[in-house]
Amino acid sequence: MRKILIATTAAVIAVGASLVGASAADKLKVGFIYLGPVGDLGWTYQHDVARQAMVKEFGDKVETTFLENVSEGPDSERSIEQLARAGNKLIFTTSFGYMEPTLKVAKKYPKIHFEHATGYKRAENVSTYSGRFYEGRYIQGIIAAKMSKSGVLGYIGSFPIPEVISGINATILGAQTINPNIKVKIIWANSWFDPGKEADAAKALLDQGADVIMQHTDSPAAMQIASERGKLAFGQDSEMIKFGPKSQLTSIMDNWGPYYIERVKAELDGTWKSEDFWGGLKTKIVMMAPYTNMPDDVKKLAMDTEAAITDGKLFPFKCPVIGQDGKEVECKGGTHLDDGQVLGMNFYVKGIDDKIPGK
Amino acid sequence: MQLVLEKRAERSNTIALVSPLIAIGLTIVTMSILFVILGKNPISALGVYFIDPLTDSYSLQEIAVKASPLVMIAIGLSLCYLANAWNIGAEGQFLVGAVAGSWLAVKTQGTDAGPWVLPAMLLLGAAAGALYALIPAICKVRFGASEILTSLMLVYVADLFLDYLVRGPWRDPKGFNFPTTAEFDPVATVPLLIETGRLHLGAVIALVVVAAGTVLLGKTIKGFEIRVVGAAPRAARFGGFNSNQLILLTFAISGALAGLAGIIEVAGPVGHLQPGISPGYGFTAIIVAFLGRLNPVGILIAGLFLALTFIGGEQAQIAMKIPLDVTKVFQGILLFYVLACDSLILYRFKLIYASAKVA
Repeated sequence: MRKILIATTAAVIAVGASLVGASAADKLKVGFIYLGPVGDLGWTYQHDVARQAMVKEFGDKVETTFLENVSEGPDSERSIEQLARAGNKLIFTTSFGYMEPTLKVAKKYPKIHFEHATGYKRAENVSTYSGRFYEGRYIQGIIAAKMSKSGVLGYIGSFPIPEVISGINATILGAQTINPNIKVKIIWANSWFDPGKEADAAKALLDQGADVIMQHTDSPAAMQIASERGKLAFGQDSEMIKFGPKSQLTSIMDNWGPYYIERVKAELDGTWKSEDFWGGLKTKIVMMAPYTNMPDDVKKLAMDTEAAITDGKLFPFKCPVIGQDGKEVECKGGTHLDDGQVLGMNFYVKGIDDKIPGK
Repeated sequence: MQLVLEKRAERSNTIALVSPLIAIGLTIVTMSILFVILGKNPISALGVYFIDPLTDSYSLQEIAVKASPLVMIAIGLSLCYLANAWNIGAEGQFLVGAVAGSWLAVKTQGTDAGPWVLPAMLLLGAAAGALYALIPAICKVRFGASEILTSLMLVYVADLFLDYLVRGPWRDPKGFNFPTTAEFDPVATVPLLIETGRLHLGAVIALVVVAAGTVLLGKTIKGFEIRVVGAAPRAARFGGFNSNQLILLTFAISGALAGLAGIIEVAGPVGHLQPGISPGYGFTAIIVAFLGRLNPVGILIAGLFLALTFIGGEQAQIAMKIPLDVTKVFQGILLFYVLACDSLILYRFKLIYASAKVA
């Protein structure tokens, strides 16, 4: 009992001291809504790494708060509003499903600025931001086609939304530059994070003859399966090399840090405006994990491709892009498909023998 | 000398009244210790959890919004449980109700349908929930199938059915393949009670349900039958009560209430149909039903109390950076103590002095 008393007293003093120390009035309060628990890797983890990078950059000028594991259902509007009411002036909502709730809360709090990840609806005080993950996919396609012996790639999709569809297309377009007859088998997990399903999908794909696994889901389960069976795989969102030291070829890593720093700086300077930001390899929002488990010539090819995309010399969706029906897709961007076409992509390119679910 | 639990000759009414208070007291002590270990001031932490949400109208509204579906579902479940019928599938009935009501909302979208749409949606939701709940009830009555298993299994069927609809036929054509219907028209939306808040008509309906439950159980012969069949099945048989009929009836009522809660949630706070509309309301309501001692007014209090811990937990994340997991631990500990203390209603501790052993 005495120990508890001492501990209680200590805690009270500690809290008291911290209250005295913090003159929170002039700090910019920045809030974050996370889809999952922070954990050690994956989508939410990368957002939290970026938050920490931002805090490191601005130090005492900012104070951050996050709510984790906020489901995309009826609770999310309340969670966002709680952050707004707690005095946060800039709020990042980091998953697509928060789109409508973010807009609803933003309407009620016109003086607060909101940043919604991966959405397509904006408002005076709501910006959107996302990554050009398809650029990394194109590089992965090239590596996969070089490394595959069977000529069959396995792809674990999450949801058949444009971001995922454009990723599949970019992969195939990259792979076709090496092997025009490359095949891809796609399994939809219908989840962003479901290790059980992802593992089952990886097993099924390997059983169907695929020898390189790529995923648009969050867990390292597929990497572990590939590793167990001595096959190759790509990571997703985070570095996953420790789950497949002999299997990971590379990984598309989300790096939101530069964007968060830029937006918080704008907020501090009073220059924040509603924008639509879509950054790729060039802005380092999308980064490639080290190229591993491949011969030097493949590695060089991958690095050259990465450099060409970064310098704006190579566009994954360069025209002509041929659809599954054999017809050429309208080339709205001059030499390549324009951003609108990629953002709303709802067709497969030629070479994929599958159809988009629900279409 | 040893300490044993001994069955009381009759239930202790004093303990029945005091046990929730003991449980809350023990929870507070345990949580205080946990907060101290986490380095947080236990008094201010408990204040954030229990007191702060009660001090402003916004949080009070949010508590009501969160509690409404829980209370509605739990009232229905309590009727089942009182009659010894074990409906574990309220979550599925909730989803089916949401789907059935949404059907009308989706079909009338963009037409100039009148104000009859919402009442019709609510009726559809309740009817569908009732029918869905009757499946396990009929299987139980006709074939003796365990209603615990069948009702639980039907949750997953409902979940996947909803999934199919929003990914396929009901998908918002302008939604970039994201699995959601378009936002419902205003005539298909549950009206707000307070213009700027989120409190909606559902809260009133929940109160009506509580009143109706009280009258049914306290003042009607059916209510009496339900209690007798549950408490003394043999006596009920001698009394000529048809227990099969009561299983069907209580399942239908609880399904209807769960379905109603589902469509209100979708047409209210969510505003469209999507996967993940329920953060486990149907399962949490089982806890609420037992926490409220299967008594309508008790359930109302339990529902509000559980909602308070959700809202308080969120504010603790914001105000004191207490992780979400602590809130879950908190709810778990509370439940544990409530159930543990309840056993003292029927049992008591007794010290037994070892009698001289005969060797």
